[in-house]
Amino acid sequence: MTDKEKQQLLQQLLEKQKTDKLKPTDRYKIPPQDMPEQNPVTRRSNVNEVATGYTETQARLEAMRCLQCKKAPCINGCPVRIKIRDFISAIADGHYKKALDIIKENSLLPAVCGRVCPQEVQCQQTCTVGLKFKDPTKAVSIGRLERFVADFDQNVGSIPAVAAETGMKVAVIGSGPGGIVTAADLRRAGHDVTIFEAFHKTGGVMVYGIPEFRIPKAIVQKEIDILAKMGVKIICNFIVGRTRTIEQLLKKDGFDAAYIGVGAGLPRFMGIEGESLIGVYSANEYLTRANLMKAYDFGSGADTPIALSRKVAVMGGGNVAMDSARTALRLGAEKVYLVYRRTEMEMPARIEEIHHAQEEGIEFHILQSPKRIIGDQNSRVIAIECLKYRLGEPDDSGRRRPIPIEGSEFRIDVDTCIIAIGNIANPLIRQTTPGLNFNKWGNIVVDEETMATSVQGVYAGGDIVSGAATVILAMGQGRIAAAAINQYLEKKKKK
Amino acid sequence: MSHKIVSKKQLSKNVFTAEIEAPLVARAREPGQFVIISINNEYAERIPLTIAGADPEKGTIRLIWQRVGKTTAELADLKQGDEITNVAGPLGKPTHLENFGTIVCVGGGIGNAPLLPIAKALKAQGNKIISILGAKNKELLILEEEFAQISDELIITTDDGSYGRKALVTEPLKELCQRSPKPDQVFAIGPTIMMKFCCEVTKQFNIATQVSLNTIMVDGTGMCGGCRIEFDGQPKFVCVDGPEFDGHKVNFDLMMKRLNAYKDQEQKAHEQYKKHRCKIGLDR
Ligand SMILES: Cc1cc2nc3c(=O)[nH]c(=O)nc-3n(C[C@H](O)[C@H](O)[C@H](O)COP(=O)(O)OP(=O)(O)OC[C@H]3O[C@@H](n4cnc5c(N)ncnc54)[C@H](O)[C@@H]3O)c2cc1C
Ligand SMILES: Cc1cc2nc3c(=O)[nH]c(=O)nc-3n(C[C@H](O)[C@H](O)[C@H](O)COP(=O)(O)OP(=O)(O)OC[C@H]3O[C@@H](n4cnc5c(N)ncnc54)[C@H](O)[C@@H]3O)c2cc1C
Ligand code: SF4
Ligand code: SF4
Ligand code: FES
Repeated sequence: MTDKEKQQLLQQLLEKQKTDKLKPTDRYKIPPQDMPEQNPVTRRSNVNEVATGYTETQARLEAMRCLQCKKAPCINGCPVRIKIRDFISAIADGHYKKALDIIKENSLLPAVCGRVCPQEVQCQQTCTVGLKFKDPTKAVSIGRLERFVADFDQNVGSIPAVAAETGMKVAVIGSGPGGIVTAADLRRAGHDVTIFEAFHKTGGVMVYGIPEFRIPKAIVQKEIDILAKMGVKIICNFIVGRTRTIEQLLKKDGFDAAYIGVGAGLPRFMGIEGESLIGVYSANEYLTRANLMKAYDFGSGADTPIALSRKVAVMGGGNVAMDSARTALRLGAEKVYLVYRRTEMEMPARIEEIHHAQEEGIEFHILQSPKRIIGDQNSRVIAIECLKYRLGEPDDSGRRRPIPIEGSEFRIDVDTCIIAIGNIANPLIRQTTPGLNFNKWGNIVVDEETMATSVQGVYAGGDIVSGAATVILAMGQGRIAAAAINQYLEKKKKK
Repeated sequence: MSHKIVSKKQLSKNVFTAEIEAPLVARAREPGQFVIISINNEYAERIPLTIAGADPEKGTIRLIWQRVGKTTAELADLKQGDEITNVAGPLGKPTHLENFGTIVCVGGGIGNAPLLPIAKALKAQGNKIISILGAKNKELLILEEEFAQISDELIITTDDGSYGRKALVTEPLKELCQRSPKPDQVFAIGPTIMMKFCCEVTKQFNIATQVSLNTIMVDGTGMCGGCRIEFDGQPKFVCVDGPEFDGHKVNFDLMMKRLNAYKDQEQKAHEQYKKHRCKIGLDR
């Protein structure tokens, strides 16, 4: 459909709606609006955002697809219960500011979540329209609409009101999505808030992990700037546990409460032969070099080098694996293989990312897993030896268990391996905070109603609590924690 | 937050020292720990440097570095009063301090810098300190005076015999191991190859040996895994599990190869930087 036709369709629908004759069947007929994107060939050689965003006409057409269900089952799929039906209705009416205000009641980072939420297993999984078509990708594109209104606001950038100073000090440890949201909510209540960040830049995984082509860094920076304008203090290069411990912050430096949002931390390796060879990276290292230190500009500005890879194998099937593979392409690799033990069905990555990766020419090797990594006499990677797998019975996670096929070894020649099979909790806080309870995986144990930890006045959320999860979950937990901290400080003040 | 260079000095042809404002690090640091610095925010590489000393009252730390590549060269070109953007730390586990008895401290080249605060702290624990300092030649020997002050015995070696004994550090180390009673502990810090051979010597005598490893690092907080080494057949992260390790269990050969992973690219960056310095007339 051309733009003009879309506009005409929109006008027709609006007319019809005025006379209250728009029925669900009419709405089902509206074609789902595809996201405009850079074409796969061009985008392989730049780091600009792949999806360029809805036009107004597209956004309103997509919004018209929403049936305005009485029970709005979509809302139950959203971890922070955004009033999806209402904000979509506002978009359909062309009231974008109102739509954004509705979203912001529940989510503080719509520009981010609209881009990176795994909608197909959250809000869009339960959407009536998707169920009708038996396909969550044909559901109302809630995330894209969310992104549309958030981007529309780019220039407005209103600063939330801050209540009168309470004189209470709170430390927020880590500046990922959880930390950002907690800091904002606490500052709004009038507390004196300081964010401590170990890196020289704020934003957490949104800045050093997820690449520019999925979340432009400027979007995250805007959120940080708002925090600063609200009066939140931000201290970088401060490693809690080393520069100061939580105990010191609370007992010596006058902080009344703390939120721990330090993320997942240590990369997992596979424990196979050859993982120490030159050219084997954890996804964390590869993406950090590329994103945070801009290694893609090495030699023309940036000082941090990265392997000049021609053939790259990425192990894993999640978002992190897709991001690594697509980053490798953008750094100039000729061939990028994605090696995954199960099938595409079981891949934990967002459908959209899998799709984009395939479009860009990433070669998927499913039902395969490396047995060892082979190096030359200088210990540089030259190949991986893989085993083929088949799927057996479902395991505890409900996914079918991959079983190696004996004697099926074969080689893929590569010069770089990127291991993207997940993270384990960073032990620094555990080692330096007596009294804090952890589970057997090293994640902090909290009361889920309040995100309170076993240490009084200390709360936690995000990946350090749930293991590697999502931006929206970290954000949601940050809000719960902030509300609980506000209550805690209220009580503390009365005493 | 910026960090001012309070004072700066050249110690030898390629070795420099500076006192840098970093009050939080100065207060928290313990022997054996390091910082990660970067000169500016957008494009600079993050490099690890040992905290060679600190003055918590003044809020300064002392760094000693050898000009080997682009970032260390850029750092060497900064002057007193200049600022660097990022100093993060202290990082790494502090040295395990104890009264072991007699300790041999072996320093090679720039390794004397990380060794000094450790030797000082061990001395303060009541240990007897025998120091062996090695360098290529007399010009390249650093921190002799500081070591003389805290050592019960000080042995200097140079590769070319221009000062002290003409030998590699492993020679006097072996002799000390043969003494009776033999030393209780060895701390060896220097080029990887030196640490490797020191460990081979002390292994024969079954003397526990601590080394401090200088792998390539990115974040320094355990997040990236880039600093991993093979220790006792298992992967370990130098930035959080170290930087000190039982040298007898470290796979030095693999570590040396990994250190060279970016050699070609780094050389190119350094060449470019040197050319640039030439143009603006910085080169001596
Ligand atoms: C490559 C990649 C792709 C992803 N893709 C998606 C996606 O598409 N959709 C999605 O929803 N999620 C995605 N995720 C997951 C998502 O980014 C995380 O779940 C989320 O960022 C976790 O937020 P957090 O608040 O726990 O903090 P994090 O974002 O993990 O940030 C923690 C911050 O704390 C800092 N810190 C750590 N230790 C200390 C300390 N001791 N002192 C001070 N500061 C410290 C860290 O430097 C970091 O800045 C992806 C993750 C990665 C790595
Ligand atoms: C925990 C720790 C403490 C350290 N303490 C000190 C210190 O107190 N003083 C000091 O001078 N150096 C120290 N180093 C080494 C220092 O970090 C490197 O010399 C520095 O990163 C080089 O940066 P560059 O940009 O100047 O050189 P690059 O351009 O990165 O490298 C130039 C050349 O040096 C080699 N190289 C790169 N990194 C290292 C390394 N980590 N060790 C040895 N060779 C390397 C490269 O192979 C290359 O050939 C320490 C390293 C670690 C991990
Ligand atoms: S925050 Fe995420 S899950 Fe919630 S409505 Fe938006 S896109 Fe859907
Ligand atoms: S479930 Fe789907 S159609 Fe129904 S209100 Fe929500 S978004 Fe609209
Ligand atoms: S430097 Fe990244 S894990 Fe050690």
